Amino acid sequence: MSERKFTFDALKRILREGAGADEGVDLDGDILDADFEELGYESLALLETGGRIEREYGISLDDDIFTDHRTPRALVAAVNELLKDNTVSAA
Amino acid sequence: MSTSTRTVITGIGVATPSGLGIDDFWAATRVGKNAIGRVTHFDPTSYPSRLAGEIRHFAAEELLPSRLIPQTDRMTRLALVAADWAFADAGIKPGDIPEFDMGVVTASTSGGFEFGQNELKKLWSQGSQYVSAYQSFAWFYAVNSGQISIRNGMRGPSGVVVSDHAGGLDAIAQARRQIRKGSKVIFSGGFDASICTWGWVAQIAGGRMSTSDDPDRAFLPFDADADGYVPGEGGALLVLEDELTARERGARTVYGEIAGYGSTFDPKPGSGREPGLRRAIEVALADAGVETGEVDVVFADAAGTPRLDREEADAINAVFGRHGVPVTAPKTMTGRLYSGAAPVDVVSAVLAIREGLIPPTVNVEPSPEYGIDLVTAQPRSASVRTALVLARGHGGYNSAVVVRAVD
Repeated sequence: MSERKFTFDALKRILREGAGADEGVDLDGDILDADFEELGYESLALLETGGRIEREYGISLDDDIFTDHRTPRALVAAVNELLKDNTVSAA
Repeated sequence: MSTSTRTVITGIGVATPSGLGIDDFWAATRVGKNAIGRVTHFDPTSYPSRLAGEIRHFAAEELLPSRLIPQTDRMTRLALVAADWAFADAGIKPGDIPEFDMGVVTASTSGGFEFGQNELKKLWSQGSQYVSAYQSFAWFYAVNSGQISIRNGMRGPSGVVVSDHAGGLDAIAQARRQIRKGSKVIFSGGFDASICTWGWVAQIAGGRMSTSDDPDRAFLPFDADADGYVPGEGGALLVLEDELTARERGARTVYGEIAGYGSTFDPKPGSGREPGLRRAIEVALADAGVETGEVDVVFADAAGTPRLDREEADAINAVFGRHGVPVTAPKTMTGRLYSGAAPVDVVSAVLAIREGLIPPTVNVEPSPEYGIDLVTAQPRSASVRTALVLARGHGGYNSAVVVRAVD
């Protein structure tokens, strides 16, 4: 089985579908290192985002995933770590 | 606190099957345009009731930020857009007035049924992990007040009233209390929008919905053929403020005053005692300091079932005498809007005052046995200075509000 990757583009799509995008925030801009809170996503929006990532990628995220990984770059990296672990354990 | 404080209406946001915004709404309402039709939000073929007053051409995605779409039921989207219109109509912007001086008090009958239905479907068909995190509040009765408050930075006294149709007036009364206690601006009214299969079966279970397929013969309050109501969706929001605040800031329109309010609860069924509506009317008139002869029009609750129509006619006649006051029910054009119905009638009342024209009750051939002067078929030109709006809620709620012209 080939390793599945969680991309920045996938995160942006999931954010838009699950929570929308704040007026005045351009998700296609330079936001990789912006705090999710600065981008206008409150805890419920992040809960919904996490739920969608879990469903789509068949993984389970820790409850504090968004407090430990507060930016898109950090979250994408953390999810990819999980996906790699899953692939390894499945192999 | 000043006891002479008058609570006035300085802005309106209205969205009903008759029209979106004051101009469209009134253009249709003043001439009696029927907006009831076969349900299109879902296929009603297999249901015993198939007619509704639906709002068409409401493009929430174009009117609200994308952040709000995934977290809102249809009723909340209508309420949020109406709040924007109400701000614009009042000539104020969020931020013009200190945030703790502005509040939101709305009424709700159903909550966000359509949102809840979609999430329950996901729960059954896909599993709990597919249910939106926003289900936690999107269904909730208080969500319209909350979302309007958050979007517009209104952190003053806020809340929700849940008493079916009566709630639309109870909310306005609660807003008036807050203004008397010192709040500068309170947005008040109600919105419901449950024309979805889950909302539909819940209403059908109440046993009072019309089963007619003829939009012109389905909702006939005070008609000998009355046999239930047609549901609708929508409502209205009013910008209420203390008259002095309104004058000081140079409010461009003062539509009228919330001059009086009364509410009562019906006695236990089977007790043989008189229903509470007459007392609610009398309390509201006394609160306003209005004599019966000063009331120019009554906007009826117009339940559309014979027993309730009888009770309402009896109450009106007990206070005003048989044929003692013009009575109208513009909601015959839209169906019953639940928490939105009475705020919409208050809007009609102030527009009737402004134009000097009583909007008609459509489709109804009034039964003479009710003894009321129902304005039917054609609108009636009349000098309207004082209007009485009635609303009754399932389970025994009766409320009455007196709306009066302000010079």
